[in-house]
Amino acid sequence: MTGPAAGDWPAIPWGAEAVSVSFGGLRALDQVSVGVRSGQVTAVVGGDGAGKTTLLRCVAGALAPTGGAVRRPEAQRIGYLPPSAGVYDDLSVAENLQFRSAVFGITGAAAGRQVGEYLERTGLAAARDRLAGQLSGGMRRKLGVIAAMLPEPELLVLDEPTTGVDPVSRADLWWLIARAAAGGAAVLMSTTYLDEAARAAHVLVLDAGRTLAAGTPAEIVASVPGTIAVVPGRPDDTEERRRAWRRAGTWRVWHPPGVPASEPVRPDLQDAVCVAALRAELAGADA
Amino acid sequence: MRAMIVKEFRQLRRDRRTLAMMIVMPILLLVILGYAASFDVSDIPTVVAGPGADVVATALPKSFQVAGTYTATAGQAATWARDELRDGHAAVAIVTASAGGGPLILVDGSQLFTAQAALRQFAAQRSGATATASSADPGRGAAAVANATIQVLYNPQLKTSYIMIPGLAGVILVFVGTVITSLGVVRERQAGTLEQLAVMPLRPADVFLGKIVPYFVVAVVDLVVVLAVGVAVFGVPFRGSLAVFGLGALLFVFVTLGLGVLISSVSQTQGQAIQLAVMTLLPQVLLSGLIFPLTSIVIGVRWIAYLLPLTYFTQISRGVMLRAEPISSLWPPFVYLALLGAVVTGLAIWRFRAFLAPGAAR
Repeated sequence: MTGPAAGDWPAIPWGAEAVSVSFGGLRALDQVSVGVRSGQVTAVVGGDGAGKTTLLRCVAGALAPTGGAVRRPEAQRIGYLPPSAGVYDDLSVAENLQFRSAVFGITGAAAGRQVGEYLERTGLAAARDRLAGQLSGGMRRKLGVIAAMLPEPELLVLDEPTTGVDPVSRADLWWLIARAAAGGAAVLMSTTYLDEAARAAHVLVLDAGRTLAAGTPAEIVASVPGTIAVVPGRPDDTEERRRAWRRAGTWRVWHPPGVPASEPVRPDLQDAVCVAALRAELAGADA
Repeated sequence: MRAMIVKEFRQLRRDRRTLAMMIVMPILLLVILGYAASFDVSDIPTVVAGPGADVVATALPKSFQVAGTYTATAGQAATWARDELRDGHAAVAIVTASAGGGPLILVDGSQLFTAQAALRQFAAQRSGATATASSADPGRGAAAVANATIQVLYNPQLKTSYIMIPGLAGVILVFVGTVITSLGVVRERQAGTLEQLAVMPLRPADVFLGKIVPYFVVAVVDLVVVLAVGVAVFGVPFRGSLAVFGLGALLFVFVTLGLGVLISSVSQTQGQAIQLAVMTLLPQVLLSGLIFPLTSIVIGVRWIAYLLPLTYFTQISRGVMLRAEPISSLWPPFVYLALLGAVVTGLAIWRFRAFLAPGAAR
C-alpha cells in the first residue's frame, strides 16, 4: 500500500502525488502520495524524522517539492497550523484572530459568532485579551487551530495539533478537528499518537521519508502479514528478539506467515504500524 | 566550569558569522579606521574668481586644490563664487576683486574641518606676508590672501552642532530603518509565523510593504523630532527647501528599510540580524563624512564611503539645511540613493519570494 491508486484521484480533491523533497543531499520525502478527501480526516503518522512535517508543508504550500505534484485549493481556502502554532506571541488572542480575519477578508456577524463558540467551547473565551505568548502550550495550539479554521477552509492542514497537550485540551482539539471535517473540510493532520490516527478515515504511515503503509485503519490492520503473539518477557530466541517490541508492560512478537505462534492476538493499528516498521528495518538489515 | 567553556567554544565554532565578526572585523576596522580616522585636512577644494583669477590660482599654496577658476567682473565673480560654495563644489572661494574693491575670501563653514584648516592657512599666510612685504614681491596669490576680507558662510561660528545634527538625523534613520527593521522578518521566521504567512493569501509584495510601512512611519516621526530638536534647541538653521530635504529623506529611508529587510531575510536568528545590521551601521557612521571629512580619508578607503547611503544623505541634509543647496546641484546623491534603493529593495523582495512563494502549484 503506497497511497491512492491512480484511478482514485478524480474522487480525491487534494493531496500529494509521488512527492519527493531533498534538502541538500538528504532525501526527506521519497515518492510519497497522500489523498485528502472532503469531510474526512487523513492522519499522517511516523516517528521523528519520518517526513510528516515536510509532507504537510508541501501540501499546505509552505514548501515546494523537488518532485511530484501537489493538489491544493487557492490560498484563500487553505487553513494551516505549522509546528509552532503560527500565532503571534505579542498579540492577544483576539488580535491574532482579528489579523487572520483581516488577511482572509472575513467579516460578518456569523463568522464572529462561530469564533465565539469555538473560543467558548475550548476554554479560550476568558483569555481573549491575554497575549498568546502568555498562554499554555495547549491553549496556543487551540488558538492556532481556531485561527486555521477561520476561513472555513476546503483544506485544513494541521501539523501535530495535539502533541504535548493535556488530555482535556486534546479532547477540545479533536472537537475542533471533527467540527471542521463535519463542515466539509478535507483535514490532513500529523500525529505521533496512534490512538488518534485510528480515529481518522485514512492513515499514511511514514518512515525515513518513505511510505510504510497507507489506507483506512482497518485496511492497514488487515494488511499485517503473519501473526502477532503476546509474551510476558523479552524473547530469548535471537531471531524472535529482532521481531519483538514492548507494549503496555508485555512484549509482542511478530511471526511472519508460516511461522507458528502461540497466543496470537488480534492486531490493532499500533501493532500494524510496528510490524510495518519492523519489516522495513529487517528488510534493510538483510539487504 | 570546564564543561561550560568547552560547550561555549563548540557553539562559537559552529556560529561562523559571530566567529568572523570577532576575528575579522576588529582587524578590518583597525585597518580601515587607521586610514580613515583623521581630522587633518591636507586638500582644500578652492575656486578662484574675478579679474586675474587664473594667475591667482596658480600662485596659491599647494594645499589649496583649485577646483575651478572664473575670470569675470567683480560683481559676477562674487555671485559665481557663492554659488560654487552653495553647491558644494569647493570649500573656499577666492574673489580677486569684489564689489567693494578689495579681494574677498569666502569659506564654507558647513565643511567644518576644511574651513578650520583653510582659516589656519590664511592666518599663517597673512603673518608671513606681513614679514616679507617690505623685502620682496609676495606674489599676487599671497597678496590676494593678505589683503582679503574673509567671510565664513553657512556656519559663521563654526559650530560642531551645525554639521553634526543634519548627519545625525541620517544615523537615526539608519538605526530605525536598518537595525530595527532587520529584526522584523527574522522574528517571524524564528516564531514560525513566516511559514504561516507563506500559505496565506498574501503576495510577497504585500508582506514586504506590510512589514516596512510601520517602520517607515516611525522613521519619519523620528526624523521630524530630530530636526525639530536640532532647530529649536541647537539652533541649527534650515535654509533650504523642505520638499528637497523630504525627497532626499524619503529615498534614504527607502534604502535603509530595504537594507533592513534584506538583512532580515538572510539571517537565521535575531542575533545574526543584529550583527549584520551593526556591520552596516558602523562603517556608515565612521566613513560617511559625518565625523571625519571625506577628503581626509585616504583614497584606498574612501571608495568605501562612496558605496554607503549615509554619505549621500549627509551631503543632501547638510546641503539643504545649511547651504540651501538646490536639487539641481544635488542630483548625484539623489540618483545614487534611488538606484541603491531599487537594487536593495529588489534583492529583498527576491529573497522574500524564495520563502513566501515556494510553490507555484495552486
